[in-house]
Amino acid sequence: MLEKLHRLEQDAIEELRLVLTKEGLEPWRVKYLGRKGALTGLLREIGSLPAEQRPALGQESNRLKAALEQAYAIRLEAFAEEELRRTQQQAFDVTLPGRPALPGSLHVSTQILREIYTIFAGMGFQVVETPEVETDTTNFQLLNIPPYHPARDMWSTFHTTQTGVLLRTHTSPGQIHAMRRYCPEPIRVILPGKCYRYEQVTARHEHMFYQVEGLAVGRQVTMGDLKGVLASFARQMFGPDRRVRFRASYFPFTEPSAEMDIDCGLCEGQGCRVCKGSGWLEILGAGMVHPQVLQNGGYDPEIYSGFAFGMGSERVAMLKYGIDDIRHFFANDLRFLQQFG
Amino acid sequence: MRVPLSWLREYVDIDMPLNELADRMTYAGLEVESIENVGEHWDRDKIVVGQIVEVCRHPDADRLTIAVVDSGTGTPEAVVTGAPNIHAGDHGQKVVLARTGATLVDGHSAEFRMIKLKPTKIRGVLSAGMVCSEKELGLSDEHEGILLLEDDAPVGTPLQDYLGDTILDIDLTPNLGRCLSIIGVAREVAALTGAKLRLSEPRMQGTGPSISDQVRIEIADTDLCSRYTASLVRGVQIGPSPAWMQRRLRMAGMRPINNIVDVTNYVMLEWGQPLHAFDYDSLRGTPPDAVPTIVVRRALPGERITTLDGVERQLDPQVLLITDGGGPIGIAGVMGGRETEISQETRNVLLESANFDNLNNRRTSEMLKLPSEASLRFGRGLPAEMSILALQRASDMMRELAGGQIAQGIVDNYPVHPAERAISLRATEVKRLLGIDISRARLTEILESLGFICAPDDDPMTVRVTVPFFRQDVEIIPDLIEEVARVVGYDKIPNTLMSSELPAQRRNLSLEGEEHVRDVLVACGLSEVITYSLTNLDSVSRLDPSRGLPDPSSFVRIANPLTSDREYLRQTLMNSMLEVVRANLRFLDRVMTFEVARVYLPQAGQELPDEPRRLCLAMTGRRYPLSWTAANEGLLDYYDLKGVIETLCRRLGAANASFEPAEHPVYERGRAAALVIGGARVGLLGEVHSQVRDAFDLPAQAVCLAELSMEGLLGATPSERHFQPVSRFPATSRDLALVLEEQISSQRVHDVITEAAGRLLQSLELFDIYRGQPVPEGHKSLAFRLTYQDMERTLTDGEIDQIQARVRRDLERDLHAQVRS
Ligand SMILES: [Zn+2]
Repeated sequence: MLEKLHRLEQDAIEELRLVLTKEGLEPWRVKYLGRKGALTGLLREIGSLPAEQRPALGQESNRLKAALEQAYAIRLEAFAEEELRRTQQQAFDVTLPGRPALPGSLHVSTQILREIYTIFAGMGFQVVETPEVETDTTNFQLLNIPPYHPARDMWSTFHTTQTGVLLRTHTSPGQIHAMRRYCPEPIRVILPGKCYRYEQVTARHEHMFYQVEGLAVGRQVTMGDLKGVLASFARQMFGPDRRVRFRASYFPFTEPSAEMDIDCGLCEGQGCRVCKGSGWLEILGAGMVHPQVLQNGGYDPEIYSGFAFGMGSERVAMLKYGIDDIRHFFANDLRFLQQFG
Repeated sequence: MRVPLSWLREYVDIDMPLNELADRMTYAGLEVESIENVGEHWDRDKIVVGQIVEVCRHPDADRLTIAVVDSGTGTPEAVVTGAPNIHAGDHGQKVVLARTGATLVDGHSAEFRMIKLKPTKIRGVLSAGMVCSEKELGLSDEHEGILLLEDDAPVGTPLQDYLGDTILDIDLTPNLGRCLSIIGVAREVAALTGAKLRLSEPRMQGTGPSISDQVRIEIADTDLCSRYTASLVRGVQIGPSPAWMQRRLRMAGMRPINNIVDVTNYVMLEWGQPLHAFDYDSLRGTPPDAVPTIVVRRALPGERITTLDGVERQLDPQVLLITDGGGPIGIAGVMGGRETEISQETRNVLLESANFDNLNNRRTSEMLKLPSEASLRFGRGLPAEMSILALQRASDMMRELAGGQIAQGIVDNYPVHPAERAISLRATEVKRLLGIDISRARLTEILESLGFICAPDDDPMTVRVTVPFFRQDVEIIPDLIEEVARVVGYDKIPNTLMSSELPAQRRNLSLEGEEHVRDVLVACGLSEVITYSLTNLDSVSRLDPSRGLPDPSSFVRIANPLTSDREYLRQTLMNSMLEVVRANLRFLDRVMTFEVARVYLPQAGQELPDEPRRLCLAMTGRRYPLSWTAANEGLLDYYDLKGVIETLCRRLGAANASFEPAEHPVYERGRAAALVIGGARVGLLGEVHSQVRDAFDLPAQAVCLAELSMEGLLGATPSERHFQPVSRFPATSRDLALVLEEQISSQRVHDVITEAAGRLLQSLELFDIYRGQPVPEGHKSLAFRLTYQDMERTLTDGEIDQIQARVRRDLERDLHAQVRS
């Protein structure tokens, strides 16, 4: 009988070890500790044994009962703890949104300007700023554009009520300022800033926009250099595989004059609506500084030569980011601006 | 400039694909904007040249006729038409026959709409197709009658072969005035393709009595008119010009009028020289037995003229006029006068071909707001030599197309001959500017292809170039170099890296400072905006609703504003910023923005305004965006803005920044402060006044706004910073709570503590403010943490106690504070 008790204990403990879920505990309890369980059965058997055997066996079976109940309780608690741990683990949802760090955003025009500065800084160009309100003399005449000159049609101008004072139509007057400031040193500068044109605001035109002028003056500055610098700029700005082309053009303050196009990124040069079927998009105007303009800046055109270029930085941003309407830039809808954070 | 290819081909052969030609032109500066195919949609087998065999009345409709049209198929087809220009009994006219299934423009629709021709019965008569108007073919808006073709139009030929054409639309920069003509474009094409230019000098056959006895020309203002030529064509018959001429005019974008006017326009398009035809018999004020005299002179004070368009125009003394004995008969090179206009009754035509000063011409057409094809060309500048070429060409065409007899001779008043231009071009100059070697022989070849006359110079590297009359734009060596580069192709110039001396490199600290400010503010959570520099006084006045409009004379004002809301250059960024905040609050519940921009301040005695930079900041709405991590932390307020500005000052190294209570109409009373750096006010910050908020239609919540001087901010930034050693010894903190009267500012408390604590005080933090029981009414309790540290040793409790006692004493003495630590 004692052996029976011990076997029961061994079996029960072994079986309890194999119970892996909380739900599995109950059948075990019923089987060993239940009213009709194995232990009760044994106790009944003991009751029918001779009286002299009973006390020892009774003692042993009480111990056994207590041991099994304790084992059960420990196991139950372990399961409960595990369950609690599991729920706690689940409550820590690693996919919840993080606590937001809340930085603002730079205006897309500022970002493009910075990129332009960085690219040209790498080629030795430094940023110089000049006034937005200019004289007719600096904005036009010193750039070879006398009053009523046909080229004036290229710049619709905001005049102020003071005769001869206007809002600069381009950053090119900065060429004069820079030359007069640095003459006779060699020059490589970038002249950024706001410009203004008397133009109805449309998807392609704004009355205010940023332009970036570039100017290089030195003893051996050639048109090949102009092309080299600008092609390098275009590849750094738009990607190493982009192609550029230079076309003859006209600006009164450069001779020869050129325009630079970049292959249309939308149709990869095949021609589409955006590039009006040509496969090319115009990005900037450029040329070799006109001898008269060099002279107006204080440089002897027999000794010095130079190149200049000007680009609309919003246009650069539009091409780079696929922005279809220039009016987005100064409408200041944060939902637009924060896209470029 | 719209150039029909068929016209261009009269002067130059084109044997390359059109796209390639367009590319070459574009590379050379004649930007081909579009290539338009006239008749592209004309089905070759459904729209053909036909000839009317007979026209009969429609049995059931008076307005309609039935035309039987032969189109070479052997069986003439009957079509019903309502065209008023063919009548029962007509035959032999050449027309355009469109068969069922042809694609046409809907002639009855006001808007442009394509339709497919369906078989129709018109009032019981089956129509095999239709005879077409110009509108139906998409040639023009003409829909009055059907298009009648020339008599020699080949019957049965697809219309596309007969009338189809290609138009190159070229965008011309202002220097390319010479290409405002078919011949000018042809000359460029010849040079670019190596083809030969076919051009002969026009001649006219003058057979009538000499012109010199019939008109005299005087040029009073030779500075504005360097040449005036005239011819006289007598006995012309006014009528429509031939169909081919009308077609070309239309394709080039002009409207046919009558044979005389059309010839002047045709020759203008061909040669680039504008012409004007006067009705000779309408010339006034000729004394008996005298010859009519044309005088070219500036307008007299108060003089007026009624121009061709019927408008009476007030002139000023800079306007150049063509006058007869009765006064003005034309504004030189801009528009003719009504009095001497060519009319149906005109018999004798006085034809003018002159050269007018381009700048004066532009001034006049700008002043009178009269842009015209003539002033477009005069305004770009024309060579005087062109006058006589165009005159002869046009006179002869008039004789041919309008009948009549040309008077012998030409009146040619040519007081100012241009100097011949000769330029010596050295190959080394080409190298210096372009960076490529081009031989003298190649230079000569290129320049000669463009019509320059080249001769070798003694110097083997130099070519002597004489500029032809039609290249007025070429004045200096770089002009010639551009010609060379254009023809060689810019793409043939190799890209190089600059080999010239690198200039001294200089930092732009002002710009660096500005960018630093931007970066700090973005890190603080603000987003950058850029608003317009041009504003209106109404918007500005909303910043101070208690006052009226600001004085306009204190602003830089635009003389020609686009709209009245962009008329003044701004002097503050605040109104634009509040407008931005307002606009964004429609979509967002949290707006934190800043802008760095110039303002424009007129300076006494200076032509140009000062353009200092300002920084404007605005913050309103939720302090944190809606998130599970934060309980509702309320709305942004003054202290959020001040925190940002404090951070900014700290990052910029403006250590001595402080804030003083301030008042300003934009801000709520008691909720504004001035930022003071090094004793100077840099700007104001605060919560926007409720009335200002209302004026900008902002919601009733704290809207925080600041405007600071960038120069003030950056000027306070030390250009050099020095390393501060960090102590190796432990720091000790003591808390101090004190009860004070409400009106004592924390700044004062701060100052007293700092002063009393001395150099060992490492930091001072205000960490709590409490009002209410047991703090008495009108008082507040502030709690500070004072941290002490020394560079050389560990401080003892005793030392710190001593300092704390000093602090306590001073607070009690100076601020009547009750210290409770
Ligand atoms: Zn494209």
